[in-house]
Amino acid sequence: MVYKKRLDGRKMNETREIEAKAGVIKKADGSAYFKIGKTWAYAAVYGPRELYPRFLQNSNKGIIRFSYIMMPFSGMGERVRPGPNRRSKEISMVSQKALNSVVDLVDFPNTVVDVVVELPQTDAGSRCAGICAASIALADAGVPMKDMVAAVAAGVVDNTVCLDLSYEEEQYPDYAKEKLDSEHVADIPVACIPSTGEITLLQMDGIMNKDQLIDAINLAKEKCKEIVEIQRNAIHEKYKYKINKKSMDWKKELGE
Amino acid sequence: MDEDAQENMIKLLSENLRQDKRGFEDFRDMTIELGVIETAEGSARVKVGETELIAGVKLKIDKPYSDTADEGILMVNTELTPLSNPNFESGPPSINSIEISRVIDRGLREGQAMDVKKLCIEAGEKVWMINVDVCPVNHNGNLLDIGAIAALAALHDTKFPEVDKEGKIDYKKKTSNKLPLKEDPLPVTVIKIGDYFLVDPTENEEAVMDARITFNFRKDGNLCAIQKGEDGPLTVDDIKKMADIAEKTMKKNRVIFEKAIK
Repeated sequence: MVYKKRLDGRKMNETREIEAKAGVIKKADGSAYFKIGKTWAYAAVYGPRELYPRFLQNSNKGIIRFSYIMMPFSGMGERVRPGPNRRSKEISMVSQKALNSVVDLVDFPNTVVDVVVELPQTDAGSRCAGICAASIALADAGVPMKDMVAAVAAGVVDNTVCLDLSYEEEQYPDYAKEKLDSEHVADIPVACIPSTGEITLLQMDGIMNKDQLIDAINLAKEKCKEIVEIQRNAIHEKYKYKINKKSMDWKKELGE
Repeated sequence: MDEDAQENMIKLLSENLRQDKRGFEDFRDMTIELGVIETAEGSARVKVGETELIAGVKLKIDKPYSDTADEGILMVNTELTPLSNPNFESGPPSINSIEISRVIDRGLREGQAMDVKKLCIEAGEKVWMINVDVCPVNHNGNLLDIGAIAALAALHDTKFPEVDKEGKIDYKKKTSNKLPLKEDPLPVTVIKIGDYFLVDPTENEEAVMDARITFNFRKDGNLCAIQKGEDGPLTVDDIKKMADIAEKTMKKNRVIFEKAIK
């Protein structure tokens, strides 16, 4: 049997419901949350600010420092021990690299832009949600950027390429009722610069062939064009209110 | 990145040359020796050009993780100590060494190299824990591929130590039982500098690369793990080309690997 009907009834190229909002953390220079299904990511951006320890400073341009943190109660299984571990350090690094090529900090030498992503609850796809939230927060903070970065995971379940796997789908062989064509599930997080179609994050675990890989990347790339609209909209929503209010005051002044 | 150095490198590559005169898709000569460390339960030394590293396997009996109560544990660790390169400093693991550990680990795990269920002694209580440590002796590039090859070779060399009736391990006596390996995932990293794609980069080439992707392949040619590295963005076409180059290289490496573990 090939995977035809998804566990939660979605279409193959359909993500879980996405909700994004900018400016949710008042203390931060820029902030956002990005929810995709039951995976929630908050992002706060601080900076550009002076970078310590000083030896990390780059006199040519400012740098990004990304921290990916799972809240202790955010995992499906046991409590996640607080503090950095190998997994969170690696995810921080690849997420940082996913954003580096769009952020332009040449005007801010010796500084750092701290991007802190925390996840209150997760149901697969957390690094992609983190990158989407971070991208909105960077734009909200007014950090110079060439474009937003959007991210979504593609996957292969029972020889079918589909988008945005949930935790249950990642464990599909445990849930399947029919006989499987393939016991393997693959998960492929992809981050993309929607305006150029270039890929800035690519990882994969699971088993699949080369053609499925290219199909999956293309599927994710197309979806990123839709996700970036949701991200942009989150920024528009935040600033729309101020503009409207101002224009109303202006109308009042004219006595309309 | 040193942009002048990258410019020079691209100039060289545009003349179809590499610093060590290799072709773009040539892997340096590889030698794999098994059983080089007597104190380890399994070991391998792999040399590829100037890069040399030793992987060692130590076994112990431990409690399993609660979510995989009937499975043994396989863990890969890489230490980039100051021995192998002047750029490495002592101290807690750097992000580079964590990435190498995790990418090797993921290749073995997702490629299902080990039948971890067979490492269970008593479900929920006792399982074999396999620690693979990958230690570079001389680092001149491509630790990701060479480290993974060394780790897998060392696992092939591993023999269980004797366990007495009380469950204590006698490390001095090795049995002839080998680990339950069932697959040999092999990685190939392809890097991009300017518009050029290279395999098996040296340290100089790694210092000026725009992007890299590590592809892990199983015996049947299927992919089992991928990792993109560095800042440079890639088009889907780039990724396609890199996957093709990686597959070609993997086939050549697999012949060498299989001969070595026989």
